[in-house]
Amino acid sequence: MPSEVDRLSQGTRLRVDAPTILVTVLLAGPVLAGLAGTALPAFGYLPALGYGQFSFAPFQQLFEAPGLVTSALLSLSTGLTASLLSLAIVLIFTAGWSGTQTFRRLTRFLSPLLSVPHAAAAIGLAFLIAPSGFVVRLVSPWATGWTRPPDILILNDPYGMAMTFGLVAKEVPFLFLMTLAALNRPRTEDFFKAGAGLGYGRMATFFKIVLPQVYPMIRLPILAVVAYSTSVVDVATILGPTTPPPLAPRLVAWMNDPDLTERLMASAGALLQLAVTLSALVIYLCLEKLARVLAHRQYQSGHRFRQEGFSRFFSLLPMLLIIIVMVLSLCLLVIWSAAKSWWFPAVLPQAWSLSKMVDAVQMGSGSLAATLFLAVVSALLATSLTLWLLEARSHRNLAVNKRLKSYIFLPLLVPQIAFLFGLQMLFLLFGLSGTLLAVLLSHLIFVFPYAFLALSDPWDQLDPRYARAARSIGAPRAKVFWKIQLPLLLRPVLVTIAVAAAVSVGQYLPTLMIGAGRIVTITTESVALASGGNRQFASLYALLQLIVPLMGFLLAALVPSLVHRNRAAMRLGK
Amino acid sequence: MIAPDPASGLILQNVSLRLNGLVLLSIDCDIPPGAILTIMGESGSGKSSLLNFIAGFLKPDFEAQGDVVLRGRNLSNVAAQDRHIGLMFQSPLLFPHMSVLQNLIFAIPPEIKNRQKRRELAEQALTDVGLAGFGTRDPATLSGGQQTRVALMRTLLAQPEALLLDEPFSSLDQSRRSEVRKLVFDLARKNGLPVLLVTHDEEDARAAGGMVHHLGADETKNGCPLTGQPQQ
Repeated sequence: MPSEVDRLSQGTRLRVDAPTILVTVLLAGPVLAGLAGTALPAFGYLPALGYGQFSFAPFQQLFEAPGLVTSALLSLSTGLTASLLSLAIVLIFTAGWSGTQTFRRLTRFLSPLLSVPHAAAAIGLAFLIAPSGFVVRLVSPWATGWTRPPDILILNDPYGMAMTFGLVAKEVPFLFLMTLAALNRPRTEDFFKAGAGLGYGRMATFFKIVLPQVYPMIRLPILAVVAYSTSVVDVATILGPTTPPPLAPRLVAWMNDPDLTERLMASAGALLQLAVTLSALVIYLCLEKLARVLAHRQYQSGHRFRQEGFSRFFSLLPMLLIIIVMVLSLCLLVIWSAAKSWWFPAVLPQAWSLSKMVDAVQMGSGSLAATLFLAVVSALLATSLTLWLLEARSHRNLAVNKRLKSYIFLPLLVPQIAFLFGLQMLFLLFGLSGTLLAVLLSHLIFVFPYAFLALSDPWDQLDPRYARAARSIGAPRAKVFWKIQLPLLLRPVLVTIAVAAAVSVGQYLPTLMIGAGRIVTITTESVALASGGNRQFASLYALLQLIVPLMGFLLAALVPSLVHRNRAAMRLGK
Repeated sequence: MIAPDPASGLILQNVSLRLNGLVLLSIDCDIPPGAILTIMGESGSGKSSLLNFIAGFLKPDFEAQGDVVLRGRNLSNVAAQDRHIGLMFQSPLLFPHMSVLQNLIFAIPPEIKNRQKRRELAEQALTDVGLAGFGTRDPATLSGGQQTRVALMRTLLAQPEALLLDEPFSSLDQSRRSEVRKLVFDLARKNGLPVLLVTHDEEDARAAGGMVHHLGADETKNGCPLTGQPQQ
């Protein structure tokens, strides 16, 4: 806590510093420039391709595209449903079980699931629930009579249910960890006790007392989930409907069409995507408002909801289901990658082979190297930048205010596709399209917000008196950072690097658009392979996606225990 | 709920708490309605664990033996929310998203359905502690003493059958402390509630004027001094 003197002198100091400017330019800059770069071609202006006249032709062409309304509605409904479902599952589970042993055990499962890239999760899920997938195999033919995969649309169903489920399975771990971080502040436990002391049930206490206090901290992540889910490409390509697909994957197809006029139409479509995502965000905000009004009435009723055994039980089920499905999906990826032949309806492969695995790793070594490079460099850059920003802000006793936070989260709140189109054009103009540097920059835009999300809480919770004590015995600022703050935060810093690397590995659309087919990562390869139908290769590549995050989290777990092996106070769970 | 034996208070029967096999504390004590038991001990002596045990929040790391009996009900297998034990903490913990009055209405049992009646009860409670007219205020704008008084009324409006006080006066400055303390003790006695007060302030113990139990002190002193118990 800053002292009174600090607070008084704060007003006279300059409120901006180098890292703040850098972060704002790095994040808000590409988003705004990219949006402009999308908007101009949408109105027919793209001099580089010889279109110098503003017109509404791209929009006319867009609205003539068959099934456009269906696509837009699909994006809106699947994205919004997935976001609301994920939030509900996380909140009722936290309400029913927070603070219990069960909660702690499941937390251990959910944290690593966060690092599973969307594409890998979607591929695993597809192998699980497809008509020829594991679940059908388990019950065939003895229960169903099917000796060949049934002709039913489980995957790619026209209502996007498989896609919604895939999104939920990925967003639940994210929202859960965000909620966990928000609950991890002093006195949360006391508020739970206060509720019980007044006779309120555990879930009622959570919803009436605790949630209203922590909700502001999970709000931005929720909005990011809404924005992401309504404009997702990779999950939609693998699990989503095909006739017609949701809006975002259609836009990517148009963008990559050899016919250049389709690009103008795609740009117009990207603006439509922006409108769809904005509508979803507005709908969410309206629902939030409604919930708030209803909740305030409920606060005053005095209802205790003491009998909660059933609701607690049911709050556990969806969470368990998601964990089981995700773990099964990952197991299937492992099995498929080592399967030589695995004919329906056998539950396990008839023949195993590791030779293809070796082939795949050799063939994919280029994309694996690119993936590793992008992950490591963007993670290190994003983490260093976050540290620089946090150190500079706290040195001046400036909190990271709301405005700075919304700049940092801007890239997560605007649909990727809406500004990546424009950004691709800009990179083309500067001759950077398809270079590793451009792809690295585009990754950094999305990696940094997550690095900041992961590190800002631990930084804020670090007792500022350590730094003050060091300063008071004459240590210069740099020494305080390198010798005090950084070692104390070693574990969260390493976790942040791991999270950031995982986010980079998961980036599908930025790699696809900015890499322009010349920079290929494991993730773009695996999505292509998954739609190509080669299950063994698809699962191998999906597994390779997991390696980088896994190595990261392993290091984050091991290094601190080695460095601090003789320091009891630095151990976890103190 | 109809209490089987409203005349008896809070009874701690051969309670002992262990952590990693080591006995942290043991106590055997009977707190009649309207009486105050003060538990004193250094930090780390298990004061908070005892409160957590009685209120039903003991962490699974601890092993507990013995029973807690309130008005003849054995609470051992009763969920925290069903124990009817009012709690006051070191900080008042007023809910920051509600007004002062809403904080109080929150505690009133749902059996009182009429919204006007609920509001009147809450306003009366404010008046009782000299805070009439504070209902619409944001709890954060109240002084520490005022917050503690609101917290006390919130606890009492929930109609508890016993009170657990976890150093609720430690955050108050010296001048306010005795005043608020007297208010809490007087209201508890008036309501006939057995009170368990945990503190490390000798002054608190003296003001409570009841039994005093020292934790972590000489093993022989552990037990419940049943003598010298003032009864109103």
